[in-house]
Parts: sequence; C-alpha cells; structure tokens
Amino acid sequence: MSARDRILAKLNAAPVLPKAAPDVAAWYAAHRSAESTAEKVARFRGCIEFAHAEVYAVTQASWPQKLWEVLAAKQLEKLLVAPGTAHGQRAITVLSESGIHCRAYEQSIEDWKEEMFHDIPASLTAARGAIAETGTLVLWPDSHEPRLMSLVPPVHIVLLDAKTIYNTFYEVMTAENWGGGLPTNALLVSGPSKTADIQVTLAYGAHGPKELIVLLVGDEA
Amino acid sequence: MSEHALNFMPSEGFRARAKDVVENPFLRQSFRGAMDFLINKRITQFPSAEELETLRTLGEQIRQYNLGKLPALLVQLEENLTRNGIKVHWAETPDEANAIILGICQKHSAKLMVKGKSMVSEEIELNHACEAVGIEAMESDMGEYIVQLAGEKPSHIIMPAIHKTKEEIAKLFHEKVEGVDYTDNVDELIQIGRKVLREKFLVADIGLSGVNFAVAESGTLCLVENEGNGRLSTTAPPVHIAITGIEKIVEKLDHVPPLLSLLTRSATGQNISTYFNMISGPRKADEKDGPTEVHLVLLDNGRTQAYADEQLRKTLQCIRCGACMNHCPVYTRIGGHAYGTTYPGPIGKIISPHMLGLEATKTMATASSLCGACGEVCPVRIPIPDLLMRLREESFSEPHANPTMRGQGAGYSRLITMIWQAWATVYRSPTLYRTYSWLASRFNWLTPANQGPWTSVRTPLKPAPKRLRDLLKDKS
Repeated sequence: MSARDRILAKLNAAPVLPKAAPDVAAWYAAHRSAESTAEKVARFRGCIEFAHAEVYAVTQASWPQKLWEVLAAKQLEKLLVAPGTAHGQRAITVLSESGIHCRAYEQSIEDWKEEMFHDIPASLTAARGAIAETGTLVLWPDSHEPRLMSLVPPVHIVLLDAKTIYNTFYEVMTAENWGGGLPTNALLVSGPSKTADIQVTLAYGAHGPKELIVLLVGDEA
Repeated sequence: MSEHALNFMPSEGFRARAKDVVENPFLRQSFRGAMDFLINKRITQFPSAEELETLRTLGEQIRQYNLGKLPALLVQLEENLTRNGIKVHWAETPDEANAIILGICQKHSAKLMVKGKSMVSEEIELNHACEAVGIEAMESDMGEYIVQLAGEKPSHIIMPAIHKTKEEIAKLFHEKVEGVDYTDNVDELIQIGRKVLREKFLVADIGLSGVNFAVAESGTLCLVENEGNGRLSTTAPPVHIAITGIEKIVEKLDHVPPLLSLLTRSATGQNISTYFNMISGPRKADEKDGPTEVHLVLLDNGRTQAYADEQLRKTLQCIRCGACMNHCPVYTRIGGHAYGTTYPGPIGKIISPHMLGLEATKTMATASSLCGACGEVCPVRIPIPDLLMRLREESFSEPHANPTMRGQGAGYSRLITMIWQAWATVYRSPTLYRTYSWLASRFNWLTPANQGPWTSVRTPLKPAPKRLRDLLKDKS
C-alpha cells in the first residue's frame, strides 16, 4: 500500500460528519453593497494609496504622457514592456521619442535572467481588473506579460481601466467564473512589497517592487 | 519512528525555558509590545462586531464543510492538479516528505534551494535534511532569514523573528553577512536582506513554498504574503516544490475570499496581504517564465489521528493566522521558544500532540489558564479551551486499550489520580466535607511550610482557624 492509499484509508475509516455547504453568496449579499464606478474608484484609491501605492488619474489619450512624466520624475531611463500588447506597443512608440529605452520581454527568462535581476529598473503591465474593497489589482500574467514583469523590477507601473473595478474579490471571481479555469498564475497585488519582520516596524521594498504606480484610466474629463 | 521524534521532548525543559523568558525583561517587553501591536491592528480591522461574528461563523462552516469531504476533496485536488501539470506526492511522516523533496532536488542536481515561508517545512525540519545531503536551503522571508542566520527557530508562526531587537539583528548582519557595516536602521537592514537574497533567487535551482489554501475544483495552490519572496520562490527557480498539510483544502474557489479576509485581518490586521498568489500550473509552452516543474507534497504527520475523532477534528479547521498566540497571556509572557515545538502558543498546544505523540507533549495543554481568549478570537471558531481540556484528559487519564491518541495516559500517575478521586469523594458528600473542613481548620498548624512551587514565591497557604460557617454561627 502506498502512503497515498494509507492516508486515504485512515481518512475514509473516520466517522463521516457531513456539514451543509456554506452560503458564501448570502454573506456577501448581506454585508457588501454594489457601488457605482465613481465610488469604487474612490474606495480602490483610498485603500491602495494607504498601502503606499501611487495612483494617477489618466485617460486613454493621456496615459503615455503621464507614464513619461513618472519615469522622468524618478529618473528612470529604461522600461520593461510587453511588445505583444497594445499598451506595450504604444509605450514603445511614445517613449522612444523621449530618450527612454524600452526593453521588450521577448525571450525566455533563461536567456536574460542576469539582466532582469540587475539591469531593469522599471516595468509596465496592464491589470486585468481590480477590487475596490481592499484596493487590489488583479493581474493575470500570460505569454505576453510574463510573471516576473510585475515582480523583479524595483518600480512596477500598472495600467488599470476604471471600468474593470469590482466591489469584492468574491464578486470578481464569481462574475468571471474563475472556478471554471485559471491561468498558470493569477495574482492579487495590493501595494508595493513590504515587511514588518524587524520589531514590527513597517519597511517597503522587501523583495518585490519597492514602488507601485497605478495609471488609472477613466473617462475623458 | 523517526529520529527527531524520539529526540524531541518539548514537555521536558518547558519550565526552565519559560523561566528564562519570564525573568528577562527585554524579551518580556519585546513580546508584550509586539502582541499589543498585533491585537490593536486586528481590532481596527473589525469595526463591526456583527460582521466579525457572522464572518467567523462562515469561516467555521467553510472549514467544517471541507473537512467533512476531505478524502474525496484530496482525490479531486490530485486529479485537477495532475491535469494542470502539477505532480502530487503523499507523505505520512516527516521523513517521507523529506525523502520526496530531496529526491526531486537530486534529480535536478540541485545545490541551492530558496524557501518562501513554510511552517510545514519547519515541521519536517527540511533545512536539516537538506544540509545532511549537501544542499543549501536558504530562507527568504525576512524574519525566517534572520532566524536562520542566528541559528535559531521561529518564535511566532507569522512573525518568526519577533523575539529579536533591531540592535540584535544589526549585530547579526554585521557579523554574519559579508561586507555589511553595523546599522540598526530598519529600512537599511531590510535592503541588506533584499540584496543578499536577490542573488539567491537569481541562481537557485529549487523554490520551496508552503500553501495557504489548495482549491480542489480548479487545482490551484494559493499563497498569502507581503514581501514578494513567496512569489520569487515560486516563480524564479526552474522547479517549484510546495508542501502542505492535508487539511488545507477547500472544494470551491469561492470559499477562498472569506478565509483570506479572516486570515489577513486576524493575523496582522491588514485588510488584505500585499500579494495573493494563485498557482495553477507550471510554465506553458508559449510562456516565457515560471517554473517548468511544479510539485505538491501532501503531508499527514498525525493529522489523520486528529481527523478520526469528531471533537479533535476541529483542530484541523486552523488557517494558521496566529491570532490565538497574539492574544494568549501565556504566550505573551514566555514567547514561542519555550514551548519547544514548531507551532507554539494555543494552536501549538492542540496540534503538536498529534504530530509528536502525547509522550513528548503531555504537559503542553496544562500551560494555560483556560482564560478563553484564544477561542474568542479564532477566526474559524476552533474551541481551543475545550480541546485543551480534552488533551489534559487524554494525557493524564489511566492508559486504556484502543486509545484515540498516540501516547494516551503518558502523564498518568496513580497517586495523583487517587488524590483527586479522594477530593471528589469529599466534595460530593456534605457530611465528609463538613468533617474534613472542621479537621482542616482545627489542625491548621499541621500545614507544611514548604508547599513546593507555591511557597517559592508566596507565603504558605493555611486554612483559617475558623470556617465561614463557624463565624456565621458565632455571629447569630
């Protein structure tokens, strides 16, 4: 008999104590109300700014300009982008005129791991959506925007469409039927990396990005 | 039985270790300060008592529902993980788990393993097993890294280095990390750790992590963290090995949001952790990063024993938030190391006997005033005080056939049992009680001056010369 069979045999020999299925939907219906986009934006901003992220309200037309301003203000001369995405292409087009080098994530990480860890000061990715309740970005890395893009560079800049902000984590996963299938890696990100492991003193930039910047794309003003 | 289980007797030396901490004002202050901080952070996250109580009830229902279906869910999880390309392994003992992990490492000729925070890897003492075969196992959570550098063990399941001051850590880094000058600036200390560990993430062959929730329906491993070391450990190295106890499983993905909310709010008073990492497979053919192999080790190590009994099964509801230790008056005074077990505090007292047997843990459940704070704050309503009473019964009752727990009766003493039986007889009978109390008050000069631990710090107990009933009689 294998360890698997022995463990399962012991569990199956235990008394069966069936319990009613929990009603998660009812709890959320009773305790969380659906808010308007403006309210969700305000709540999202409040929470993620409290967690030390920077948020800039931009429009579909203006975000590349703001991106440039942020990079210039932080004296960042290189940006990791995803050339297979529309926003990545747009960043390449706009920034190449302004002297900021756009490094494209095109090869497998094995071919340039050193450079990724030592020579990439910032990255740009898009968020799939966000959660207002906790000020959380939803990232689904894929073949165009791989996992390490939002993790290794010290400054992570994220494009977020205000229309994709949900009220709660529960709402986003049920509305989009995540239970039916998830990508290899799905992430919730709620601020820059931090730790309180030394004398419960909060310090930012533990292992992941030291700065998280959200370009929040709303309607034209 | 494995070697370390034989050598590991947490019950022995508990008093001495506890005394050391109680008599050290700096450590007392460290723990008191940190626990007060965490208690206050938690309570600000739950401004509505109604929300807290209904959410705790929901958390309890979710955990009990999933434990009720545990064997079927484990099979479902295995099927879905396998379909997603994650290899599943099963281990009954710490030795088996270590052998599986080392086997994977050796297949890849691994020299360096970076570890995200995992209490189960502490439970199986994986670092020692790696060291024995020449594999460097490097902790990457800042707290764990500090504790490992110091050659110590975590003193808290969420804040492993809570027993150390920043000055001690400054000295440690200066002495143990090459080229580091003394600094007790916390930001600078964290940046030193970041710099050292980044180089390790870059070259590590294996990334190891724990699991906070394993989702059966989608075949997903969920990890909660703030630092990003968990993401790096599970993303940068070519191979990711996750290890978890068999109980950390939920059937549906929508069971996760309430548990995640309870976990981060109860643990550190955050509305959510910085990162929530959901892993459902290794790198796909068209993807550019992520591990090419992902493994999950499912560990029993006594959990099936707890599962077999309806009351003890509640122990397995735990989501490892640490709120019970933050609120425990005993933990706050003696710290995590005094317990001598991987899991300290109230949760340690109720889970360790299943892992190590009652022979080694027989007195753990007595290190409690039964004040009930742990049960009141538990986000999934584990009745910890009731379980402590049950474990005392299991430890100190007369050994009998077919015990529920390994080591049942390990603390049994014929004499003590007889004394309590006599006490019960006297207190049940009004006549005997009256006679006894009359004798005790009239012969109070017979009480010994040395009453063991009591008189080591207090004046001797002595019955009053007249009983209350005598005084009342005199008055009328």
